[in-house]
Order: sequence, then structure tokens, then C-alpha cells
Amino acid sequence: MNLNFKHEWIETNIGLLAVLTMLAISVGGLVEIAPLFFIDKTIEKVDGVRPYTPLEQRGRDIYQREGCYLCHSQMIRPFRDEKLRYGHYSLAAESQYDHPFQWGSKRTGPDLARVGGKYSNEWHVQHLIAPRSMVPESVMPNYPWLLSTPLDISDVADRMKALRKVGVPYSLTDAEYKANVAKFGETVAKQLHIPDAQKNLVEQANFGNYDGDRSGISEMDALVAYLQVLGTMVDFSKYKDDAFVDNR
Amino acid sequence: MAVTTYSGVEQYNFDIVKKFAVMSLVWAVIGMFVGVYIASELAWPFLNFDSPYFSFGRFRPVHTTSVIFGFGGSALFATSYYVVQRTCQTRLISDGMASFTFWGWMAAVLLADISYVLGYTQSREYAEMEWPIDLLIEVVWVTYLILFVGTIMRRKQPHIYVANWFYLAFILATALLHTFNNLAMPIDLFSMKSYSLFAGTQDAMTQWWYGHNAVGFFLTAAFLGMMYYFVPKQAGRPIYSYRLSIVHFWALGFMYMWVGAHHLHWTALPDWTSSLAAAFSILLLMPSWGGMINGIMTLSGAWDKLRTDPVMRFMIVALSFYGMSTFEGPMMSLKEVNALSHYTDWTVGHVHSGALGWVAMISFGSLYHMIPKLWDTKIYSNKLVEVHFWLATLGIVLYIVAMWISGITQGLMWRAFDEFGNLQYSFVESVAAMHPFYAMRAIGGMFFLTGAVLMTYNMFMTIRQGKQEAAALEAKLAAKLAHA
Repeated sequence: MNLNFKHEWIETNIGLLAVLTMLAISVGGLVEIAPLFFIDKTIEKVDGVRPYTPLEQRGRDIYQREGCYLCHSQMIRPFRDEKLRYGHYSLAAESQYDHPFQWGSKRTGPDLARVGGKYSNEWHVQHLIAPRSMVPESVMPNYPWLLSTPLDISDVADRMKALRKVGVPYSLTDAEYKANVAKFGETVAKQLHIPDAQKNLVEQANFGNYDGDRSGISEMDALVAYLQVLGTMVDFSKYKDDAFVDNR
Repeated sequence: MAVTTYSGVEQYNFDIVKKFAVMSLVWAVIGMFVGVYIASELAWPFLNFDSPYFSFGRFRPVHTTSVIFGFGGSALFATSYYVVQRTCQTRLISDGMASFTFWGWMAAVLLADISYVLGYTQSREYAEMEWPIDLLIEVVWVTYLILFVGTIMRRKQPHIYVANWFYLAFILATALLHTFNNLAMPIDLFSMKSYSLFAGTQDAMTQWWYGHNAVGFFLTAAFLGMMYYFVPKQAGRPIYSYRLSIVHFWALGFMYMWVGAHHLHWTALPDWTSSLAAAFSILLLMPSWGGMINGIMTLSGAWDKLRTDPVMRFMIVALSFYGMSTFEGPMMSLKEVNALSHYTDWTVGHVHSGALGWVAMISFGSLYHMIPKLWDTKIYSNKLVEVHFWLATLGIVLYIVAMWISGITQGLMWRAFDEFGNLQYSFVESVAAMHPFYAMRAIGGMFFLTGAVLMTYNMFMTIRQGKQEAAALEAKLAAKLAHA
């Protein structure tokens, strides 16, 4: 038996070439991606993170639609300057219900991972309609149509059902609802119940009146509701400074 | 009476190569125009015109999709179909399948662009197409794979030429990446909207495994295939080292797939993953430079061609930029450097030194070589090729210098502290400081775009000239036959 390997064998056999190439290019992904689903430490154990309410999720859809992720990251790094500028570094747990993730790759504008609660609703509305009226040096586009476009709420239940299928704990059945009550408490669990999605959305929008206009629910209502929840779910005062260091 | 010419009708299917070659130029102009436009929006935001359809966020994927998949993709289809037929000395196994890949690919890119403007996007960089378009791409891609492998199986040579290995790796890797990164749940069978199967950290890792290998295989391995055929052809010399090409191929294919997580340094991705990616990124310098050396040294003994042959110059400058950006990349994947460079324009500059300097320049060189051959004529104007070369080179330099300055400035301003330990600059001060460089970048882009427009005109005239010559030849033969 001739064990003298010759590269020529591969060069003259398309089947062998294809199989070996496939093997060579498969290893990296298998080693780096697959374990992330199985190693428990990948996602920190932390209280407070919940799926988005129907209104927030619709806001997130608009955030995606307008391509906000192309200029704004949602991922604070563990540096002193970022802590001062944006707050506590982002945890993996905080985006565990984000399908898709919106960490971004570029900061043409500032990071938004903890923008929630930093500005008033009125500021956001004015800033989205005409950014340069609030921040003269800004290069952000104007988004006047968000205020004038009514939010499409007809398919919000379908959207939540799709998210449920990919693993977000929105409830369809009573058993699922009860599990959510146990996990997130009753107030949150009610918001996650798909049969009440439209009712919940309308209630939150009317109560919050995010766009400052009570005549109807606009896309602005949804987007501002989403922005205002970003980074606010975890109460970091409950944790020691180095509580999450081991997870990195 | 059939005229059997160099681009013989019977032996090879060159019709499909011609179609893709022409569309490659069309997409180059469209994609680069949109690129210049969005670059200008960042410098002069009034250009967003308060309209959803022109706003930066919806337009940016139109730029990336048009240049990567429209221009780059068409150039790859064209050259791979050309190279596989020439080196295997056989015709593509099916004209119908080839034609399907053309119309399918054109439809996918066009529909993707339209859908972004209308607000449909998966918001995954370079994979923004929503699920119906992803399915179309999947079908086109499998057809491409069957056609390519089938044609190699019919080869008249025992050996499979090295360029085909790289094209094959590109086709296989793209299939793998495209499939796994686009797993998503549509909200309804009749809705474009979907949600990705993965969330948060796992989703980020999958996306950047895709994102960096779109660079590694779509924009590198495949264009190396181009290099391995067209550089030796244009230089009239064999490839420098056969052994190096073997090492280059296996090392590059194996290592690239590990490096995606360097886009996620210092994020909530576990440290072990991004450290592993950083290590492989540094290792990757070696095969990358091996490939560059193999390409450039192919010219040894024929260096004078750099003075006389502008097409050769495109190729060698492309390889030089390849070498430069594959040095810059590993450097930026060091965590300390990345802490400064990430989220800034430096990354954008790095991408463009690869995309304009390497991908576009090697494509221009290869198309300048191939298009006259396909229409059996000479380049209409070498002078214009020369002008194109200088416009392109100058454009790239303006672009990447602007992005280096603005990127490093951003990085430094964000982390600057005053004497009391407070942040020295507000975020918007860094935005204001970018303005001159955003303008400079847009101007660099305009240079590059102008070059591409000149090339398109030059190639249009070349094709017209080729057709006229063929018609004249045909008429002559017909006249001779009539006399006989």
C-alpha cells in the first residue's frame, strides 16, 4: 500500500476536492458557534430581562426597517469611557430575546443600548422629526413620516406567534401564560399573552402617549416606546460591580 | 456560413459570460453611484430629502448589495464560467441552467434593492435580503454549484486548474454561509417580514461568521480564483509557485472560517470565542501574503509590462492592496487595536481598501482582459484604461486616508478624558469633527465612480467595435462566396 500522499490525487478528483474543501471550511463555524448554544455561562443569570411588549416589538420592527443599526450600536463595551458615556456594559442576557440581534458595527451616532429613560418622549419625537433642531451638528436623516404614518397593528399577533416559534416566551395557551406569570410576574405576563396583543398594544400606546398626539397610534409611538425601554430592564444597583466579570 | 473565431460558438458557451460581464459593469456604476450618494448624505444630510426612500438607513444596503452581489457577483459568474470552460476545455454542461443563474441572480439583486427601499430588511449586514429573496438565491446557487462541478467533471484534462479550486471553495462556502445565516421564521407565508431563528449572542456570532466570510470567500477566495487565471494570462507567464498555491488554498480555506468573531471583540460574546478569532486572524496573514506573493511574483521577468500594459497595472495594484488590507485586518483584530478602531470609520476604510483596492481593481483588470477576447477584438482605447487606472487609484487613496484620519480621530475623541477625569468630548463633537473627512471620502468615491463610468463607455465601444469587425468579416466572406 502506497502511503506517499500526493496532492495530485486531490487535483484530479473533483469529488475528493469538494469533500475535503467542505471539511476544511466547516470546522471553524462548528467550533465557534455550536458551543454557544450549550455552554450555560454564555448568557448571564440576571433578573428583569423580559420579551418586548407588542408596542415595543412593533417599534423594534420600525427600528430595523429604517436601518438604524447601520449607524447606532446597541452594545456597550467594558471600558471606562463607555461606562461614563453610556452606562454599564451590555450583557448577553439583555439581548437574549432579540431576534435578530441589533448590536451593530458602527457608531456614526451614539450607542443606544441604554438610551431608555435618558431623554423625554418629547425630545425623542422632536429629534426623530428633525434631529438638527435639537443637535445642530447631527448628520442623522429626518424621519417626519413616523409621526404621520398610523401604526399597522393588524398583524401584531402574527408577529408574536412567529417570535414564539423561534423561542421567545410569548404565551398562546393558559399553561404558557401561567408559566410566564411565574417567571416574569403578572403585569409582564399579561403583556406577553398573544390573544390580547392588539388590546395590550392600544392600551400601552394610549396610556404612554409617546408621540404626544392622542388622536391615534403612529409609528412614532411604537419607536419611542422601544427606545425608552432599551437597557432599562436590568437593575444594576442590585448587583456587585464585578458580578458579571466571570461570564466574559 | 458560420465564422469560427477565437470565441468559437460551438466549443464554449460564451454568451453567458458576455451577459454577466456586461451586467457586472452596469451594477458597478449603479452600486458605486449609490455609494457616493450615501457618502454624501453623511457629509450633507439634507440629501436624505425627508423621504423614507432616500434615507441613509434604507439606501446603504442598496449600495452594499449592488456592489458586492451585483458587480462582484456578476464578475465572478462571468469569470468563473469563462475560466472553467477554458481550463477544462469543455462547454458548460447546460445552457439552460447557465441562463437560469443569470436571470435568477439579476432578479435577486434587483428585488433585494427594491425591497430595502420599501423597508424590507433582515437587518443583518450584507445579508439584508428577506426570506423569499434568500430562497431564490439558494436555488440559483445550487444550480450554479451543479453547473460548475458538472462542467469540471466533463473536463478534457486530468488536472483541475488551481483557479477552479478557489471558485469551488467560494461556491461551497457561500452556500453554507447563506443557508445558516438566513434561517428565519416568516410571520406569514404572504409576508416579506421574518424573524431570525437565533437571538442575541448566538445570532451575532452567526451573522459575523457569515459577515466576515462573505469577505473571505465571496470577496477574497473567488477573486483569488480570478487572480490565478487572469494574472498569468495577462503576464504571459506561468504562476510563480505551484506549491505555494496549494498551501495558500488549504490554509486560507481552513482559517478564514474562524475569524468572524473579531467583529465582536469586547462585546457580550464570550471571551474564548473572540480570542480564538483573533488568533486565527493573525495566522491568516501568512496564507494571505502567500497568495499575494504568488500573484505578484508571477510577473518576475516581465516587470516591464507594468510600464506598458495598464491592464497589468490594475492587477498588480489590486494585489498590492490585497497585501495591504490583509495586513491591516489582522492588526485591527488585535483586541487593543480593535478597542480603538471598532465602531469607527477606520473599519469602513479597511473594508474599502479591500473592496475598491483589491476586489474592484482585480475585476477591472480581468474584465479588460476578457471582454475584448469575448468579442474577438482589441480594447477600444488604451488611453482610457490609463485614465481609469489613475482615477481609481487616486479615488481609493483619498477614500482610505479620509477614513483613517476620521476613524482614529473618533476613537481617540471618544476615550479622551479631561484633567478631572471626565469625558473630554460629547459625542456630537466627534460627529462635527468628521465633516471634512466625510466630504473628502465622498470626493474619493466620485473619482472611483468616474473611472468605472469611463470603463463602461470604453467597454461599450470595444463591444461595438468587435461586432462591426465581425459583421465586416462576414460580409467579406459572403462576397467571396458569391463570386465563387
